[in-house]
Amino acid sequence: MIDFGLTEDQEALQRAAREFLARECPPALVRETAKTPDGVPRALYARMAELGWMGLVVPEKEGGLGLSMLDLALVLEELGRAAAPGPFLPTQLVIHALLRAGAGAERKAWLPRLVAGECFAALAYLEDSDRHDAEGITLPARRTRDGWRLGGTKLFVMGAPGAELLLVAARTGRKDVSLFLVETSAPGVRVRRDETIDLTRRVGEVSLRDVGVERSALVGREGAGWPLLARLLDLGAIGLAADSLGGAARALEMAVEYSKVRQQFGRPIGSFQALKHMAAETVSEVEPARSLVWYAAYAFDHRPREAARAAAIAKARLGEVYSRTVNRSVQMHGGIGFTWEHDLHLWFKRARWNEVAFGDPAYHRERLATMDGY
Amino acid sequence: MLPTPLMDLSYTPEELAFQREVRAWLRRNVPGRQRDERPVEFGDPRRIAAAKAWQRKVHAAGYLALAWPRDWGGQGADIMRQTIVNDEMVRARAPGLIGLLGISMVGPTLIQHGTEEQRRRHLPKILTAEEIWCQGYSEPGAGSDLASLRTRAELRGDEFVVNGQKVWTSNAQYADWMFCLVRTDPDAPRHAGISYILIDMRTPGITVRPLVQMTGDAGFNEVFLEDVRVPRANLVGQLNAGWQVANATLAHERNMLGSTTRTQQTFQKLVRLARTHRRNGGPASEDPVVRQRLADLAIRVETMRLEAYRQLTDALHGRPPGISASINKLVTTELNHDIARAALDVLGSYGPLHKRDPRARDGGVWPSDFMYSLGLIIGGGTSQIQKNIIAERGLGMPREARGIR
Repeated sequence: MIDFGLTEDQEALQRAAREFLARECPPALVRETAKTPDGVPRALYARMAELGWMGLVVPEKEGGLGLSMLDLALVLEELGRAAAPGPFLPTQLVIHALLRAGAGAERKAWLPRLVAGECFAALAYLEDSDRHDAEGITLPARRTRDGWRLGGTKLFVMGAPGAELLLVAARTGRKDVSLFLVETSAPGVRVRRDETIDLTRRVGEVSLRDVGVERSALVGREGAGWPLLARLLDLGAIGLAADSLGGAARALEMAVEYSKVRQQFGRPIGSFQALKHMAAETVSEVEPARSLVWYAAYAFDHRPREAARAAAIAKARLGEVYSRTVNRSVQMHGGIGFTWEHDLHLWFKRARWNEVAFGDPAYHRERLATMDGY
Repeated sequence: MLPTPLMDLSYTPEELAFQREVRAWLRRNVPGRQRDERPVEFGDPRRIAAAKAWQRKVHAAGYLALAWPRDWGGQGADIMRQTIVNDEMVRARAPGLIGLLGISMVGPTLIQHGTEEQRRRHLPKILTAEEIWCQGYSEPGAGSDLASLRTRAELRGDEFVVNGQKVWTSNAQYADWMFCLVRTDPDAPRHAGISYILIDMRTPGITVRPLVQMTGDAGFNEVFLEDVRVPRANLVGQLNAGWQVANATLAHERNMLGSTTRTQQTFQKLVRLARTHRRNGGPASEDPVVRQRLADLAIRVETMRLEAYRQLTDALHGRPPGISASINKLVTTELNHDIARAALDVLGSYGPLHKRDPRARDGGVWPSDFMYSLGLIIGGGTSQIQKNIIAERGLGMPREARGIR
């Protein structure tokens, strides 16, 4: 039976998340967090962990809520709406990797702590080539008697500053990619924070100088890392698409509300068609795009053969729509929208990061063209 | 184990059986030569007769007027059945229905607001295509600002005497009846002086003059009304309540899915074109710029396909559609135009070749689609009017000061 919508439970989850974040994560907190070195609002994350968000998709018997990717996407949408800072999405990626392929010991060691919000994790896969495909992974991991040694540099690692745990993609053979857990406190690991315009995210460079890890640090089988990494990249793409949906909706609301109160020429500027049409074009892009996010999240769990395509579509579209939305929103605000004082730039800058991370729209469109056989 | 998926984009076994039945019927009955025809462009009496015959066939099979109640010859079909029939019609590239305006607009209006006599008189003939209807709304001075219409209907005894002019009137060249908005009280506030009346197109004083569109077809017309006498019994609803009557007819059949299916078909045709048409020594689809553009269009098509399922779900749950009709109109018409434009760009010098040129690709359908789809951006409420509606009704932005209220 055709049913393409949220359940009552999902609607309730989303509503609760929205109310919680409106209360607990106002723009003032976002700005405060931006001044901290690691960009993690720990008190907020402790509350989020109490609500079960960190372990939303973790099975109940491992301390999570046992919910679906669609539920996670709804929470991510609300985090995007609030421009919530911190490593929520990066940590979810590593949690997913542990759930899919984590062996007993590492899974038992890390999963409870990540679910409890006691520590955070990040996925280190990009290198200076800035390639999102398997060819981009060149950092070598060499087998030793009791484990592996990794050396090289990973770039643009979302959530690396503030993370205790890294999942590093490395090359273990000419055609082989493998994934390893590396603690940021291990000897030889250095995390340097990148200076980016996005005040709400911390991104960093990770240098590994001949870092030794135990055999159990390998996640999944040796050489079988790419399919799992590809899935994590889909998850990242869906996550940012959801975040962008929430952010775009919020940026549009701010502009519309402002246009109803700001007076020029003796009337609210929202009564001018120039602004109305900008707002109408925006909502006509944002609202239908919600379906893309829902479907991508649903396909991630239940339609494995369509999952990559749906993720690429959602990421390409929402990345672009979010950027276009914040641009129009600044325009509708006029001068005030261009100031540091007004909160809008928090979303404006986050949109820029969302558009490029996990592959920009052009990259995903080319992927789609290939998948669809053009 | 993941929780049981609650989302579902598939049909139930009963719906699938119904879909198979409709599909089988269409396979046997869609006339090959009439595929994809748009009756609105007809001038040829033989094609009109063929289109009427097609509608009667659909009626006899029980696939017409799905949303009408059974008492009035409709199917009283639920939303899923309406959706399935409309979608299958598109998939089968069945010809458009010549009596569509009667079925989707006049019929529901009469069922809701008409007199018993009006219903008995018109509804059966709308179904059998014995009465083809046209819409007398727009005027030379009343396009987007429809409420400024000036065609005057003076009540003299038991008759209205109608004087004025209508324009962009599709089907008027062969229509039997026109449902018409006329001004019956010039002194009342604009919206309060309009009535909804039914005019027999054979009444003396009516002159229909075809308007040739930029496509070269003459689909719509100017209709001149000079002392046209219309019985008072042809008034629908209360006198001077025509604006409300016209606006209440929003309960038309749901065809969002069918409309996105049509867009998907056109897009697939564009992809085939890009893969076969050569540019710079190779298939156009190997050009990175073309690939980006195709993928962007694919994403927009997919957005509207999934959106159709979301809106269908809302409808099934009885949730109000909000402004989604305006968003659909805006987005889908622009998307269809962009698909046609991409095809013309892929075609380069072959693009402007008309259907009569032997070198024209795909039978010269693309330049004609390019123009026709632009017309649809304007007709039925321009993109700009849709944006006003979306901003004012959807986002609550303040209405602009207007000249006359």
